[in-house]
Amino acid sequence: MNATFEISAIVAVLATLMMITRPSAVHALLYLTVSLLAAALVFFVLGAPFAAALEVIIYAGAIMVLFVFVIMMLNIGEAAAAFESTMLKPSAWIGPSVLALLLAIELGSLAVTGGLARPAGSVVGAQAVGIALVGPYMLAVEIASFLLLAGLVAAFHLGRSVTRGD
Amino acid sequence: MLSSVRTLWYTFLHLFHRNVTVSYPEEMPYLAPRTRGRIVLTRDPDGEERCVSCYLCAVACPVDCISLQKTEEDGRWYPEFFSINFSRCIFCGFCEEACPTYAIQLTPDFEMSEYDRQNLVYEKEDLLISGTGKYPDYNFYRVAGLAIPGKDKGEAEHERKPIDTRSLMP
Amino acid sequence: MSHPHTIIGGLLNIVLGLAFALAMAALLTWVERRLLGFLQDRYGPNRAGPFGILQAVADGIKLLFKQDWIPPFADPGVFVLAPAISMVTVMLALAVIPATPVIGIIGNLNVGLLYFLAMGGLGVYSVVLAGWASNNKFSLLGGVRAAAQMVSYEVFMGLALVGVVMLAGSFNLTDIVHSQRHLWYVVPQFVGFIIFFLGGIAETHRLPFDLPEGESELGAGFHTEYSGMKFGMFFIGEYIGIMLVSAMTTVLFLGGWYGPILPPFLWFGIKTGLLIAFFILLRAALPRPRYDQLMSFGWKLLLPLTLLNILVTGALMLAGPAPS
Repeated sequence: MNATFEISAIVAVLATLMMITRPSAVHALLYLTVSLLAAALVFFVLGAPFAAALEVIIYAGAIMVLFVFVIMMLNIGEAAAAFESTMLKPSAWIGPSVLALLLAIELGSLAVTGGLARPAGSVVGAQAVGIALVGPYMLAVEIASFLLLAGLVAAFHLGRSVTRGD
Repeated sequence: MLSSVRTLWYTFLHLFHRNVTVSYPEEMPYLAPRTRGRIVLTRDPDGEERCVSCYLCAVACPVDCISLQKTEEDGRWYPEFFSINFSRCIFCGFCEEACPTYAIQLTPDFEMSEYDRQNLVYEKEDLLISGTGKYPDYNFYRVAGLAIPGKDKGEAEHERKPIDTRSLMP
Repeated sequence: MSHPHTIIGGLLNIVLGLAFALAMAALLTWVERRLLGFLQDRYGPNRAGPFGILQAVADGIKLLFKQDWIPPFADPGVFVLAPAISMVTVMLALAVIPATPVIGIIGNLNVGLLYFLAMGGLGVYSVVLAGWASNNKFSLLGGVRAAAQMVSYEVFMGLALVGVVMLAGSFNLTDIVHSQRHLWYVVPQFVGFIIFFLGGIAETHRLPFDLPEGESELGAGFHTEYSGMKFGMFFIGEYIGIMLVSAMTTVLFLGGWYGPILPPFLWFGIKTGLLIAFFILLRAALPRPRYDQLMSFGWKLLLPLTLLNILVTGALMLAGPAPS
């Protein structure tokens, strides 16, 4: 299990790095998908199969597909890729990189000193997740559902006005 | 929705219908004697060629696939060569209709595939058969007035003696 | 219970399972063409071998020996990746199907149902990426259609299964089958059964929902530019997908391996086989709907129906005796 965890963690980090540096948007999205899949595997190894499955179904299976869908429709060509590469100047990426490095050092030191919580031995099943969602996290779920409903209504409204304008 | 289900049911019933496919090479379909297939040149009952090289078939052919050259021997007309390009032929049967001597005929044979397209140009030796085809008793030179060796003018069937124009008798 | 405890045993189980799935997929190409033939009052391929059964082998050899061609205008990496995704996702999903309590690769996975849905969700990528990487407008249109269609129908497919999960109280496919010992879920969950099957057809983009391919208007849709074994992988993916959806419907709604007299594996095979035959019947019988009809059918009819199904199931479970 430990080896699976380490391999998928390394894959996740590498895929994310590749995703940031790809000039082609579709390639970047594919690397992001790989990173999400690796993260799902990490969840699984840590004893949360339900979260892992949801990660794959919702993030990799639905949201990223829609991203790819939109990118496909936009049909970004070579020119846009070239423009993107001009934007990647050191002045643009040095600040965030330093911050990310600090986080990484912090995480590493925690891992070395054993400050990270050990992976839970027990498996968190679907039932436990469900009870947690409608129990202690009820308010958060309701707020999220309000947000989604608002998004749905807004999307519907935007879609309507576009068809009327035609 | 219901109509879709009905369609499914009717299609399912087709599982128990007879197949309409004819397994062709194993099971030869019946072809009527008048089916228009491979073209042949026939002979008259005496075994001589019927074709008199009148060129009417070549003229009638809508795709110009017939080519021939007339030659003459002892008063009989023959094609010197006679070729049909079957890669052009559309098996319309106009040549058969145009032929005044029943020489050119279409047969029910259609299995004439070739790997080399040039092989579809049939020459006279390929076209000529030894039989009489659909008209076993017909012999052009027997009913025509033309004089050939062994048959002088006026000796054909249903032919009167030639009129002696110098005579005053009716 | 079904897990072989040694690594060798596990590997053998996987390899045998995959080989069996591939062989069945190859056989299925022949079965489909033969059955389609009979449904249309003709014979279908009956030349190669007895009853034409070697047609699958002949097709395989033809596909393998074709030129492996990547169009110069395509995105080579993604172009090669797409058919692989198509085949790998369905084969991975096939692993969670419990054919019998002892036959199956990971039939006892505690989130088996979700795993199946997850692999279905990843399967969308194959079609979308194939459409995009081909760099051809027909392929792109096919890919765009596939993305919209499959993402939409995944929603109904997942929601249609909620009723089953509620009744069984588990995501574990083996447990779901066990809980159908007395009553197949096709009876209490008939609406769910119909919607799941429709969603399955749309997910495998089989006729009549084969709009991503749409020969009559898109050439061949997303796989226009594919040939040789790369096309073959899409082909195998599609046929394993049919087997997968049929097997999944059997497991979830038709009581899996339960049945009188005959051994469990045979019962599973019979039920799955009948569903596969129904897939083929659908192909023979129904015309392809228009694209907007497909989408409005999904969102305006199937979605409310699934939600209603969940509501009614939940209400009945609360009102009736507590589920055991």
